[in-house]
Amino acid sequence: MISTLASSLNNGMNFLASSFFTSFPSLANFLAQEGTEKVQEATEQAGGIGLKHYLVVSGLVFTLGIMVIVMRRNAIAVLMGIELLLNSASLNFVAYSKFLANPIEGQVITVFLIVLAAAEAALALAIILNIFNNTNSIEVAEADSLKG
Amino acid sequence: MPGSEFYGNLMFWIFAIMAVAPGLGILLCKDIVRQAFWLLLSLAGFAGLYFTLEADFLGFTQVVVYIGGILILFLFGVMLTHRMDIPLKDVKGFNLVLPGIIAAGAFLASIFHLIYHTQFKTDGAQETPTTIKEIGEMVMSEYLLPFEVVSVVLLVALVGATYIARRGDEEA
Repeated sequence: MISTLASSLNNGMNFLASSFFTSFPSLANFLAQEGTEKVQEATEQAGGIGLKHYLVVSGLVFTLGIMVIVMRRNAIAVLMGIELLLNSASLNFVAYSKFLANPIEGQVITVFLIVLAAAEAALALAIILNIFNNTNSIEVAEADSLKG
Repeated sequence: MPGSEFYGNLMFWIFAIMAVAPGLGILLCKDIVRQAFWLLLSLAGFAGLYFTLEADFLGFTQVVVYIGGILILFLFGVMLTHRMDIPLKDVKGFNLVLPGIIAAGAFLASIFHLIYHTQFKTDGAQETPTTIKEIGEMVMSEYLLPFEVVSVVLLVALVGATYIARRGDEEA
């Protein structure tokens, strides 16, 4: 039952992507030139979890992160969107290195990414606290002046 | 009785849904604390995805640093920016809805197209050696310079964060 659900989800994602690009063929042609250089077909076993599954997951999370960053007014929510972006990028590193290259290399890069994400979160929260102390608001649109 | 591959795939789908679906909660939830807990679920899903990629060290690091550290930092930020005595302006609404949807839709369309039309040269998943030993050796040899740089960056960022976050009226 679960495996049929999984395969139908897979088909659904395929359908989603293909139906979008049948409606915008010129964009599809433009983008397709990127992929033609790679010759060899991916040898993923049927029904197994391959590289593209991880790429789709990280693409979806990245999209949701972009939407959170652009659409929310609360500065802390915007930070959460940035965390989503960083996480999806790290997942891409690990997945690519697992399937295409040395599996450890991407993990080392992801360790560095996690450290940088921690530094970024601390610094950004400090800035938000400072903005709150000065303007009594954590709405991103309120912080529009450089001097008090 | 399904085989171990079935359970591996099942785990992937569970963790994938766990990583993606809370993004919608973060996007749509009005309450910032609820958003923080949706973020917790999403980060835990990413930790599970690392485990399905046989990156056990990263999975644990994800739990310890993100869920144990960064999320608590967020909750502290929420706590410190919601004073009861000062009425806070309403920051629960949405901003720039149409540009957000357009930007995200364009990104999603291009990335999905690239994913489905690129033929990756892959031999399938590779065997991963014991990760902690290998990561330690690589950090201490090949990636020594980035390791040192990143440690200095972290130190400077944390010192700078404490300096920025101080109250302005306590300035000498």
